[in-house]
Amino acid sequence: MENIEDFTINISNLSFSRGERSIFRDLNMQIPRGKITAIMGPSGTGKTTLLKLIGGQLLPDAGRIELEGDNIPTLSRADLFEVRSRMGMLFQSGALFTDMTVFENVAFPLRVHTDLPQDMIRDVVLMKLQAVGLRGAQGLMPSELSGGMARRVALARAIVLDPHIVMYDEPFTGQDPIAMGVLVNLIRRLSEALGHTSIIVSHDIQETLGIADYIFLVSGGSVIASGTPAELRADESEQVKQFMHGLPDGPVAFHFPAGDYQAELMKGL
Amino acid sequence: MRTRVVEISVGGFMLTGILALILLALNVSGLKVSDSGSSYRVLARFENIGGLAPRAKVTLSGVQIGQVRSISIDERLLMAVVELDINSSVNYLSRDSSAQILTAGLLGEQYIGITPGAEDEMLEDGDVLENTQSALVLENLVSKFLFNKVSE
Amino acid sequence: MLDRLQTLGHIGLEGLSALGRSGSLLAHALIARPQPMVMFPLLLKQIYFVGVLSLVIILVSGTFIGMVLGLQGYTILVSYGSEQAVGQMVALSLVRELGPVVTALLFAGRAGSALTAEIGLMKATEQLSSMEMIGVDPYRRIIAPRFWAGFICLPILAAIFSTVGVWGGALVSIDWLGIYEGSFWANMQHSVDFYDDVLNGLIKSVVFGFVVTWVAVYQGYDCVPTSEGISQATTRTVVYASLWVLGLDFILTALMFGDF
Repeated sequence: MENIEDFTINISNLSFSRGERSIFRDLNMQIPRGKITAIMGPSGTGKTTLLKLIGGQLLPDAGRIELEGDNIPTLSRADLFEVRSRMGMLFQSGALFTDMTVFENVAFPLRVHTDLPQDMIRDVVLMKLQAVGLRGAQGLMPSELSGGMARRVALARAIVLDPHIVMYDEPFTGQDPIAMGVLVNLIRRLSEALGHTSIIVSHDIQETLGIADYIFLVSGGSVIASGTPAELRADESEQVKQFMHGLPDGPVAFHFPAGDYQAELMKGL
Repeated sequence: MRTRVVEISVGGFMLTGILALILLALNVSGLKVSDSGSSYRVLARFENIGGLAPRAKVTLSGVQIGQVRSISIDERLLMAVVELDINSSVNYLSRDSSAQILTAGLLGEQYIGITPGAEDEMLEDGDVLENTQSALVLENLVSKFLFNKVSE
Repeated sequence: MLDRLQTLGHIGLEGLSALGRSGSLLAHALIARPQPMVMFPLLLKQIYFVGVLSLVIILVSGTFIGMVLGLQGYTILVSYGSEQAVGQMVALSLVRELGPVVTALLFAGRAGSALTAEIGLMKATEQLSSMEMIGVDPYRRIIAPRFWAGFICLPILAAIFSTVGVWGGALVSIDWLGIYEGSFWANMQHSVDFYDDVLNGLIKSVVFGFVVTWVAVYQGYDCVPTSEGISQATTRTVVYASLWVLGLDFILTALMFGDF
């Protein structure tokens, strides 16, 4: 941690709860500029929620989320929309607009945020589609795409404005090995080529370890470990070991809390 | 191409809506475009107007020449005052014309029938029809009939 | 006893917060800074989906309801010897009541449920979120055009419904039942007033358009983003919108045609 000085996002003392349930307590996290940072943790720890907090779609109960000097939770709606034009987000389902073609989907942020002439928009869109290898699919509707292709189109849309930050929400979930390989490759290549800060939320250990420069392990509402992939692999704490090696039982118990097994069986109806 | 179909059909839709409204206005509610100014007003006093209502027809020999505008009470004479709007084109009614409340069919709506008089002077805006005949009220007729029977 | 009280309080609070959320949705959609160049094509597209595609069901049901009114009116009126008045009966019931109300009910079923399902699905597939993340206000881009489209289309549909209904009634009365054409139309024109009847009916359908679309858009935007949640929201749209329409119809009728 000490060797990284330059942060894009600085989250301090973040608390967030949904109804009675507390999701984050005093979360601190610093995301280095221009690197691929992964946020990992068991399902249900609010990783996607964290991305929504960074994107300003949810408001925290307390704490600061500083993005290049702006404190996201205190921004006005107009400022927030301006900040968001510097963010790209790849949603779990792709979230392509179903009533537009692939081309129009990718062109959408350009049309909204810029006054570029039509032929320039066309060039930019084709470049981005070429980068994800789907220039040939520009005329298709999202319903005609496979899951992996839809995610690549969504990726092209996320980077079309050349954002400073790209957030990936579970990019590898539900993909076949080939599509997964393509995506892993794409995320790394794009990050290197465009130099943006990437944040990946995932629980696919192998793929994520393969491309992340830095990893935060989140569980129970706060960061339980952080470091480079190598550091985390070598970590000796029980919780980290269970997650990194996918052990079925450990601090995160296999059994949902229940009464005594034998007693319940014997009790009958 | 697809946008063109959408735009054309939306245009057609709007047009149909406006057309429907115009049909409702002209054909169903009988709204006249140049209604105001083309009629003059005449008053008529009646003993009893029966079931006469505003917007009832005013006819001459069965042909509609106007309609009832409003109905009120003359507080001094304690009679009903009916305001009639008569089309300006009907300018040949003499001052001594009489108005009569009639009924369409046995139980139908009531309307006003005008019977022209013989004077040379014609009715003008604001004139009052003196010769009137009130509505037939069924109860009165029946009681009269019974009274006559008894007195015989 | 206390439990019941708690349930009551819970329902009351839920209702209030739903009212608040839907009110804020409405405010956002209406206040959303208008961008004519962006808004117009979107609005056009929504009018197509909401209005043009509802036209068939409106035409068919309007014609049939008019025909039924003609038949029923005739059989009742003929026993009083005033079958000539069937035209006025058909026209008055259509223009004042059935036109706006039945159109609103059909509209809730045909277009309202589709609006809810579409917006709900957009929410479930994170399209609304991703639009927000791209920096586009979904209120302005998704909600506002749909809202205005519904608001514009319902009065138009109601006017069309009443017109074809009168035509259907005329068809039955004049061509089948042999009522004299002149007295059919004359009776109708004599008793239907443009301002009191036609315009009031139009005002009703404007109010219904507002309420039905509001309910539909709100249910879609507020639904639980799962397939179950969407189907529940769609049902709720039809039920709530219909109840609102019928309730408001009573109030509006009392205000417009009642003697106070």
